[in-house]
Amino acid sequence: MTTKLFGEPVQRREDRRLITGQGRYLDDLGQGALAAAFVRSPHAHARIRDIDVSAALDVDGLVAIYTWEDLPERVRDPLPLLIPHPALTHGRTAYPLARDVVRHVGEPVVMVVARDRYLAEDAAGLIEVGYEFLKPVVGIEEAANGVHLVHEDVPGNVGAHLVQEVPSAQGLGAREAIDAAPHVLSFRLDFERSASMPLEGRGVYARWDADDASLRVYSSTQTSTSVRMAIAAKLALPLPSVEVIAPDVGGGFGVKIVHPWPEEVLVPWAAMLLGREVKWTEDRREHFISSAHERGQVQHVRVGFDGEGRVLGLDVTILHDHGAYTPYGIIVPIITATQLLGPYRIGAYRVEFSSIYTNTVQVTPYRGAGRPQGVFCMERTMDRIAAHLGLDRTAVRAANFIQPGEFPYDQGLIFQDGRPLIYDSGDYPESLRMLKELIGWDGFPAMKAEAAERGRRLGIGIGCYVEGTGVGPYEGGHVQVTSDGRVHVSTGLTSQGQGHETVFAQIAATELGVPLEKVSVVTGDTRRFGYAVGTFASRAAVMSGNAIALACRKVRDKALRIAAEALEADPRDLEIEDGVVRVAGHPGASIPLATVAVLSNPLRYAFDEEAQRATQFSGAASMDRPPVQEGEEPGLEGRDYYSPIRSTFASGMHAAIVETDPDTAEIHILRYAVVHDCGRLINPMIVEGQIHGGVAQGVGGALYERMVYDAHGQLLNASFMDFLMPYATEVPFIETAHLETPSPLNPLGIKGAGEAGVIPVSAVIASAIEDAEGITIERMPISPSELHELRSRTASP
Amino acid sequence: MKPPAFDYHAPRGLGEALEVLAGAGPHGKVLAGGQSLIPLLNMRLASPSHLVDINRVAELDTLVVADGGVRVGALARHAAVERSSSVARAQPLLRTALKLVAHPVIRNRGTVIGSLVHADPSAELPAVLTVLSGSVRLARHGGGERDVPAGAFFTGPLESAVEPGELAVSAFFPSLPPRTGSAFCEVARRHGDYAMAGAAAVVGLDEDLRIVSAKVACVSVGPVPVLLEMSEVCAHRPAASVDWAAVAASVRERIDPEGDIHATAAYRRHLTGVLAERALRIAAQEAAGEQGREGLDG
Repeated sequence: MTTKLFGEPVQRREDRRLITGQGRYLDDLGQGALAAAFVRSPHAHARIRDIDVSAALDVDGLVAIYTWEDLPERVRDPLPLLIPHPALTHGRTAYPLARDVVRHVGEPVVMVVARDRYLAEDAAGLIEVGYEFLKPVVGIEEAANGVHLVHEDVPGNVGAHLVQEVPSAQGLGAREAIDAAPHVLSFRLDFERSASMPLEGRGVYARWDADDASLRVYSSTQTSTSVRMAIAAKLALPLPSVEVIAPDVGGGFGVKIVHPWPEEVLVPWAAMLLGREVKWTEDRREHFISSAHERGQVQHVRVGFDGEGRVLGLDVTILHDHGAYTPYGIIVPIITATQLLGPYRIGAYRVEFSSIYTNTVQVTPYRGAGRPQGVFCMERTMDRIAAHLGLDRTAVRAANFIQPGEFPYDQGLIFQDGRPLIYDSGDYPESLRMLKELIGWDGFPAMKAEAAERGRRLGIGIGCYVEGTGVGPYEGGHVQVTSDGRVHVSTGLTSQGQGHETVFAQIAATELGVPLEKVSVVTGDTRRFGYAVGTFASRAAVMSGNAIALACRKVRDKALRIAAEALEADPRDLEIEDGVVRVAGHPGASIPLATVAVLSNPLRYAFDEEAQRATQFSGAASMDRPPVQEGEEPGLEGRDYYSPIRSTFASGMHAAIVETDPDTAEIHILRYAVVHDCGRLINPMIVEGQIHGGVAQGVGGALYERMVYDAHGQLLNASFMDFLMPYATEVPFIETAHLETPSPLNPLGIKGAGEAGVIPVSAVIASAIEDAEGITIERMPISPSELHELRSRTASP
Repeated sequence: MKPPAFDYHAPRGLGEALEVLAGAGPHGKVLAGGQSLIPLLNMRLASPSHLVDINRVAELDTLVVADGGVRVGALARHAAVERSSSVARAQPLLRTALKLVAHPVIRNRGTVIGSLVHADPSAELPAVLTVLSGSVRLARHGGGERDVPAGAFFTGPLESAVEPGELAVSAFFPSLPPRTGSAFCEVARRHGDYAMAGAAAVVGLDEDLRIVSAKVACVSVGPVPVLLEMSEVCAHRPAASVDWAAVAASVRERIDPEGDIHATAAYRRHLTGVLAERALRIAAQEAAGEQGREGLDG
């Protein structure tokens, strides 16, 4: 019997804790800490004239009030621009507290610290900030006109402008190729804003230890190691004196990869200054107006194609709304521009984007990170081509697929990691075949006709995507086997409920041949692992999974060396099963891994019976060499890193059948089918869970969620009453099938799965509604009210 | 999202509750289920200096079927009213409408009276009280009680006839006469949300199953539930031969909805027509079915 856990649908080990209220989230910590609250700008664009705190000073329990002028050097500087890019010629970031000008509703202006959050809010409510109004710049196209400016020194409100072009095999540019094509279409598409909206908002809790001159910070973040470096730099502390821990985190979805947030600098700073514990827990309204949004784009498409629907040239111009600041650079529009190509071999491609400032909340990656927009663009294009030529929509897609024999396939572009966009593996024709079978594509016209006879309106839609996952630069893993036989795994990246405790344990248990119960996993704690990048870009399994596997292989090699000596056997004859090292074929000759761990650490002092075996008079050690041999270290542990040459490319195809009510214009998803390929599956149940969650968020983006800003830059729906996330009742049953084309790029052959589910949903639902209604869908999301309006417009043009 | 400071009162009897409310006057607010009030407090949209928690006033936790209708006390939770089969027999529209109110956890806590006093024109219960011509009983310290009919109770969006110092102690939902049916149809963005449009309908038939009375109360199309008399439009015909398109058109003509971020005014108008027609048809069917059953029993 071998301990084979990789690939098994092992139940999530973290769930008992998380669903029975035993999770330890940020706000569960620091019950005695002082509370911070912020006075935030009620205006989208204004100059701060004066700040009067006098009324707030009478609040009983007030500890401190800080404005920008109170902040010391470094703390007062603008927040870092995390990902610079040569095309981002006018990158701008916010001050942690507004200095002169506020540029969106919700920008922090004053920090209040009080005995508890109630009192902090009381005091915040009494602070008077005098503003001189400036013209708010709202809406991508209004901003792109450049009449009014978000930043005085950014002409035209253009933060970045980037053109990428890949000529055809014949050397034609995209525009030439389109002009020469037998068929040409051009159209405009709109995609609205949404947001990560994790159940738990952001939060920071800091403890300064004056005796030890050290700082411990808990943050609800997707990257504790990088928050740690940012805090050490901002507060001028030696890195070893700062610990950052991500406790249980109630969802991230991208918004918590941004760092340091103003609060991540200010709360630790205040804790140090006051010598008291300080905590800030974001509330929902703060999250809506002060964190980050994503998605909003306008796209202009021109496409040339032949009679089979093969795309000869594609020219896309994108206006991307990045809000008031660019702390995360232009990752989102870069991903849109590159991942737009999906599973297709396009004749010639030109993409141009302008990333535009507006007086709204900043835009940073949200699960999918620019891909839903890109996939919407490409899949709408495929549907347009099919409609124009009178071809089946799947036939047009199939005509454009990259074929299984063409991998590695170079799209000729530079991806978000600065590396070539080269797909590692995939089988798109097989994926489409599986999807058509799963949803019953070929039988649908009969179903639709039959429904129509009964007055029901049905439509079917499809969407395909390729997702670059497992982005570098690296992650590491540390594995230690202790003398009780337990295996302690740690990695620096963080968890937000994905199931890392389970899948990393599956990998370690499989690699080391130990029972799953013996393995424990720690993530996101800089006390355990200091080098990491973070959890984003569907990278945790690929990056940390492979790093942990490599670290386990080091430990296994060492264990076999030590065991071979103890058993007087050749290491090559040994195997580890169920936590015991055995000579293959000789059941009697064995030694528990626990004992190997004891022997790995030569001791002078015995503290228990097991440890006696490793002490100096036990007779176990050879007198011919030092107790710790050259090139070895004490202890049965290993550390290794995984740094990929480039990203792995997962893919998938979704299809849906929707019903639209002819009278009320309600839209119901009757069936939703997913074919998904993320290489080798570590845990199919967890992959399916990831897909389900992604599709749920995709349904939100397709039918419910939008950020409604008025012309003054006020967010009109900054609550869960009016920002409509789908309930369980709005999410359909999701039928899933897996295809496994292993990645040749990493030892485990895996690709990422975290974002997959959300990516094509808007494209799929638009395709299905279009099929049901016979009305062209050009913008998403779509509500019953909007469908009604489209019908009215179509009926009376 | 923490409320400002307030004085918290937890009276144990109705007399004490009324006395505290009288003392608080315009600065007092009653806490029952708290499903609307607590968010308003936390978002600092309401800041009463006195919060009078009536949850310990046992004499308000009543649900009585008598006197030709259902009298719901101020502490009766949505869930209790929804699940009561005697209530469902006496006034089935309550159960029909309550199933559309939010979600079970909210209905476990929220109260019928709280929903009426909150007077949200998008809510179901104000429309039910309106279409049934029910009433709300108000009490005040030393001043006795008064019954306010539905038509006078809802005075504007989130505004009712309850005056400072008064407590809504119960509401009365009359039963329907024989050969009368009711229905509630609505469309919400998500299951359990406030409806974009909806209609509560009551239809009465004569012995020949011709419509003799018909009315709808529409939600989300005005400052208060909009009651429309539809008897004439239904023209004293059996349901099968009513010009339903004319009924829907008549509803659309007589309402003046506003647009918001979830629905344009035009869509609301259209949708209300669809839903009023659906509700009236179902109510007419129910009314006919009632007579059919009576016939069998006889």
